[in-house]
Amino acid sequence: MNWIITENNKPINLYDIPCLNINDLRSEIINLDKRVVGFFGQKVSDGVKLFVVMADDSEGKLYVSSAHFASGEKSYESLTQTIPAFHMFEREFFEDFGIEPLHHPWLKPVRDHKKEYPFFEIEGEEIHQVGVGPIHAGVIEPGHFRFMCNGEKVYDLEIRLGYQSRGVEELFISSPSNQLAESVCGDSVIAYNLAYSKAIEALEGIEVSNRAQIIRTIALEMERAAIHIGDLGAIAGDTAYLMGASIFGATRTLVINTMLEICGSRFGRGLITVGGVNYDIDEELSAGMLKTFDKVVKDVKRTTETMLKSPTVISRLERTGVVSQEQAKSLGLVGMAAKASGIGLDTRFDFPDKWYAEFEDKKFKATGDVYSRTRVRYKEIMQSFHIIRKLLAKLPEYKNEPLCVSQNAKSADKFVVSMTEGWRGEVIHTVITDNNGNISRYKIKDPSFNNWYGLAIAVRNNGISDFPLCNKSFNLSYCGNDL
Amino acid sequence: MLETLRLRYFQGNQFIKDIENAPMRKQFRGFPVLNPNEDASACEGVCPTGALNLNPLSIDMGKCTFCGACARACKAVEFTNGYKLASTDREKLVVTPDMTYEDYQKTAVEVRDEIHRIFGHSLKLRQVSAAGCNGCEMELNACSNVNFDMGRFGIDFVASPRHADGIVITGPISENMAYALEDCYKSTPDPKIVILCGACAISGGVFQNAGKLNREFLEKYPIDLYIPGCPVHPLTFINAVLSFIKK
Ligand code: SF4
Ligand code: SF4
Repeated sequence: MNWIITENNKPINLYDIPCLNINDLRSEIINLDKRVVGFFGQKVSDGVKLFVVMADDSEGKLYVSSAHFASGEKSYESLTQTIPAFHMFEREFFEDFGIEPLHHPWLKPVRDHKKEYPFFEIEGEEIHQVGVGPIHAGVIEPGHFRFMCNGEKVYDLEIRLGYQSRGVEELFISSPSNQLAESVCGDSVIAYNLAYSKAIEALEGIEVSNRAQIIRTIALEMERAAIHIGDLGAIAGDTAYLMGASIFGATRTLVINTMLEICGSRFGRGLITVGGVNYDIDEELSAGMLKTFDKVVKDVKRTTETMLKSPTVISRLERTGVVSQEQAKSLGLVGMAAKASGIGLDTRFDFPDKWYAEFEDKKFKATGDVYSRTRVRYKEIMQSFHIIRKLLAKLPEYKNEPLCVSQNAKSADKFVVSMTEGWRGEVIHTVITDNNGNISRYKIKDPSFNNWYGLAIAVRNNGISDFPLCNKSFNLSYCGNDL
Repeated sequence: MLETLRLRYFQGNQFIKDIENAPMRKQFRGFPVLNPNEDASACEGVCPTGALNLNPLSIDMGKCTFCGACARACKAVEFTNGYKLASTDREKLVVTPDMTYEDYQKTAVEVRDEIHRIFGHSLKLRQVSAAGCNGCEMELNACSNVNFDMGRFGIDFVASPRHADGIVITGPISENMAYALEDCYKSTPDPKIVILCGACAISGGVFQNAGKLNREFLEKYPIDLYIPGCPVHPLTFINAVLSFIKK
């Protein structure tokens, strides 16, 4: 066998992972025809081991394999030239381990700032460059955006990141904690902490109570709804529909203040821990939540529907920042942005999860533009509150279960992939343990890692003044990408 | 248009009238109080940032993420919902046993005449995000929403450092942001202030041992205000700035 097949959060023995030579692995990947979700290296005593994780989204399975590079082996034929979705993964692997993917069409730095960044340039009498950032716009994370324009029209946008790079993955080896997991990407506290906790629980072989699982799932949906509502406000703000900006802002406040009532933090910090949750949702709180969310749903509905009837808003959203289905697929976009381009990826429904089993992800009429990304958010807000309502109703059934179970030691020489669907898309943490059961490699992949390039594509041939709107419609993470 | 106005009607007024005395939900983890008579040994090893010191008992709010792990583990630590946490003095952020929230507020922010004279009626700030998690940034953005409406006090975030009276730093400051941060500081006209916002900026927070930081800026330039939190709550931020620029 050239692959070992596993599932989300199901550890496999490190030494059961097939190890091929890179050329064989390369053809295996091409023949397998699945979606790449992991492609990263680990230093081993005699060189570098490359791990590959491919997802079968229709079956809910993960295919894992690996290749070994001896110390002197410094290159291989890139996969990107055949499967473009590998482009960021191969750039990252090259940057971290110095093994070059030959004939990669776009082999540029990912996070490293030691070398001068080779920006793509278009020359011509009418062409001018606009450089923005790293410190840009308002209160926002740093990144550099280089536009090649002809008049107002953007021919090309190149995005240079890495400014937020702290060295997070290494910290998970030296001092892993829930607090660290919550701080990798602070707009996805719950998604990140869940991905981390579930990976560790799988390695420890512990089973979290149903009660804790329900509370976690409710929190994950609240996080999704809160961000989407905030982003609808930002989109309203950028189309100068200020009533929308104000109301969505205030409505989001209701959701995050409810989170504060659950666990003491507006973003859900401190709620989730390895083994379960630290805070309960009792009947009184649950009743209060239902009441608040009724108002939230009503306000979101009323405001979105009014806003999307306004011709001044619609004319800004429709046909702006289009990513076609074909582009989204070949670039490997994920999550909300992929859905808006007609690719229905969602690990909540694609991979087995008993709390989502009864819900279905309804078909969505995608148009790939800012309008479509706005509609996806609206749809997901409604869906999240529907799920929350159902789950709150289930909680009393599990009243006597513990919030948190005790921990074990992590088992040795394991490999586990943990995927959680955050509001942007799949948050993937892959963890490898050594022969003492300590973490020897921690790999994080934020959905933004796939989707930043989608934003660059979206603004092509748009007016530069539409960039902020396109940007808000994606709202990608800098720190989740830079790590 | 009419429908939009109808929305306005349904929405009513959302702003918090009295920011300085705004009520805070009881679950919020704010100012910690320490009880030295309780056994704190169960707190050994729970603190992810080294904020909690057991011998002698203290919590450094400049490092604390307000995660609450210590308070869940032992009775010696309890969090009040007090949200006025800022200080002009780094050392004062260390909370010792029997210090009350009221005592802390009395001396935490040193009021300076010239600050009030220059910035008392209008303070424009450029925010620099330097390798944090976007949590503090989201709360700083919330300061300007309809609930908190910071603009009514003449305090605003501006796009260019050249229009700013000071900078607000979030995040532990990565190597890759060190140059841009310093550049931004130098581009801000004198007189100017520097505010550190959040555990990351003040001490590195959960990232204090990360390998790709460069915090030299903080040794080179004077810091005027430290605002603890992870993230900093909008009420904490607005009250911090108000207390700093008042008479
Ligand atoms: S609340 Fe603060 S002092 Fe207590 S464990 Fe968390 S970081 Fe440490
Ligand atoms: S202090 Fe906390 S919330 Fe603020 S940037 Fe750092 S980790 Fe994020």
